[in-house]
Amino acid sequence: MSELRNILTDSVNGLFGDRVGRELLTAFDRTGDDGGLWAEVEAQGLTRPLVSEENGGVGGEWRDAHVLAYAAGYHAAPVPLVETMLATWLAEKAGLPVPEGVATVIDGRGSVSIVGDGPTATLSGMAARVPWARKATDAVIIADGPGGPKIGLVHLQDAIRIDANENVAKEPRDDVVLDATPVKVMPLPNDLPADGVLLYGAMLRAAQLAGALEKVLSQAVQYANERTQFGRPIGKFQAIQQELARMSGEVAASGVISEAPFEALDEGREAEWLIAAAKARASEAAGIACSVGHQTHGAIGFTYEHSLHFSTRRLWSWRSEFGGQRYWWQRLGQRATARGADQFWPDITG
Amino acid sequence: MGFFSFEPVQLPPEAEALRQEVRAFLDAEMASRTPLDRSWSWMGRDKDFTAKLGRQGWIGMTWPKQYGGHERSFIERYVLLEELLAAGAPVGAHWVADRQSGPLLLNFGTEEQRQFFLPKIAAGELSFCIGMSEPDSGSDLAATRTKAEKVDGGWKVNGTKVWTSGAHTADYMIALFRTDSEDKHGGLTQFLVDTKTPGLTISPIINLAGVHHFNQCVFDDVFVPDNRMVGTVGGGWKQVTAELAFERSGPERYLNCIQLVLEILKIASRRDDPVLTEEVGRLTTHVMTLRRMSLSVAGKLQRGENPALEASVVKDVGGVFEQSIPDIAQRLIEEEPTLGPGSDFQNVLALLTQEAPSFSLRGGTREILRGIIARGLGLR
Repeated sequence: MSELRNILTDSVNGLFGDRVGRELLTAFDRTGDDGGLWAEVEAQGLTRPLVSEENGGVGGEWRDAHVLAYAAGYHAAPVPLVETMLATWLAEKAGLPVPEGVATVIDGRGSVSIVGDGPTATLSGMAARVPWARKATDAVIIADGPGGPKIGLVHLQDAIRIDANENVAKEPRDDVVLDATPVKVMPLPNDLPADGVLLYGAMLRAAQLAGALEKVLSQAVQYANERTQFGRPIGKFQAIQQELARMSGEVAASGVISEAPFEALDEGREAEWLIAAAKARASEAAGIACSVGHQTHGAIGFTYEHSLHFSTRRLWSWRSEFGGQRYWWQRLGQRATARGADQFWPDITG
Repeated sequence: MGFFSFEPVQLPPEAEALRQEVRAFLDAEMASRTPLDRSWSWMGRDKDFTAKLGRQGWIGMTWPKQYGGHERSFIERYVLLEELLAAGAPVGAHWVADRQSGPLLLNFGTEEQRQFFLPKIAAGELSFCIGMSEPDSGSDLAATRTKAEKVDGGWKVNGTKVWTSGAHTADYMIALFRTDSEDKHGGLTQFLVDTKTPGLTISPIINLAGVHHFNQCVFDDVFVPDNRMVGTVGGGWKQVTAELAFERSGPERYLNCIQLVLEILKIASRRDDPVLTEEVGRLTTHVMTLRRMSLSVAGKLQRGENPALEASVVKDVGGVFEQSIPDIAQRLIEEEPTLGPGSDFQNVLALLTQEAPSFSLRGGTREILRGIIARGLGLR
């Protein structure tokens, strides 16, 4: 592991480990306020790992971004870290100004149009369920424009309206209404597909899912070792052991595959299918892990008082975002069936 | 953070070069084999095929050259194994010897045993089976009762082994016998038994599909010479535990139904059915994930780390996955399973549906594996 990655791992887990607990997450649920956490994330220089040093980043690798996304998932950090990481990377890659502060991403294909080109270009349409839009200063958008898809940077204060909505973890998922809203547009870089927001968003959500899955497992194991019934910790019962072991396999699988696309990108290999596998596999695991995690905790885990739901509500939300299982299964399935049985194994071994 | 460690493995260029070599070999050697033939994979025994692999230098690949090995890495060996299994090559005649008997002798055997056995295994000339289970000792290995008593120049063995896969075609059995009735775990010792030894009666146990795969092996005053004891007297438990880590660590723990995945894929490619397409996508995500997990275990072997816990996780997750495939195939495709005249899909489905119950039994039951995993989680 690189020195940078070690430093990032220590800082992000140190910060979230200290600051993100029941108190902060409860306040966030009630008011949407992060208790100053984002300011600390920024102060520690963790928000733009993929951006070059000239643009205020650390010039890190994708695996550095994985460390941050995984930690954000593990600790249920209520901040738009992955969205900002992605938006700043996309902006720099496309030659757009790199946004300051909170930024988010919009996959505007099919819902938002870019009208005109150059300095007079504008956006019109409604982007649904944009993560953290109300907190973001800027959004990087990929949308259809004259002559095909383009990438742009929009100041969200220029939007007509932002209609607040949320996921079941109460993270903002807002509708952004745009009408002749000014946008800085650039051509899509050659190596950035038109579904780049969806693709890289799915990759980062999968890493968050993997982190949150590990957290639910560790909470369930800890609870099973503490909670006593029939005169011994419930973790001593084989019925509990077998279920937690099954869950741990799902968690391990998600962790392993969630790293794969980050590694591929760092090595300049194709990542699309690994992203599809990571998002679908972690989303599938989320259902099983939430089920076993809650079953192990019994009634207490079903209360607001207990902190388990901060992770499970995120798992239930994130598994649907940037494409759920069905979407990614279809996409992988279409590719596999088109390429045929003879290509199946060679494609697996890459 | 994290109960397990699955570190990613980078395949070195020599491993990818080997992969191409293996694929070219298999294209030539496997051309006439049907999907049904291929479904047998490591359950299928073909001594000629095994001898060819031996000539290629693809048995005992990681062993020292002085014992007939080739001093290749565990990663290269992994690539070979996954290619053989993905193609459904009939590797059953040397699988056990290559996977666990050879490594056992390298770790615990005498110099004479290594020199006698390893070169013959590597040449594909010697086949092994494993005598662990008994009528009253399945998952509970410490309940082993088959007794080896010290006699002049060797040991006299009495008792019964069961579920001994391939004993009827194997040249040798690596058997676990009780040498001390007082010490439950410390009273077990491993031996190399020539399957032609007088007093050893091997009779078939036919499985539910009518296939002769495993056997009952009755020992009636069977003499095993001193120089065929493996390791130390009373060291059997420890040795077997190390051996089982090898048994559980390979790609055979998730690829048993790969031919059925391919048959589903072929049908999905012909039909425009979104439900089938979606399931193909789902199966693909599982294969991609399990392969990375399994490869990571090979990385542990390469680094000399103990893979026991992670190998159990892969075998558990892999077993659940491969066991689910016949049911998925049956649910999605309206073709009845048959080993008689029928489509490749029907034949493969018929074989693997009937083999699938064994996937979570052999090499450690699902419950035993989950017990090991639970210990790794700190629950036991």
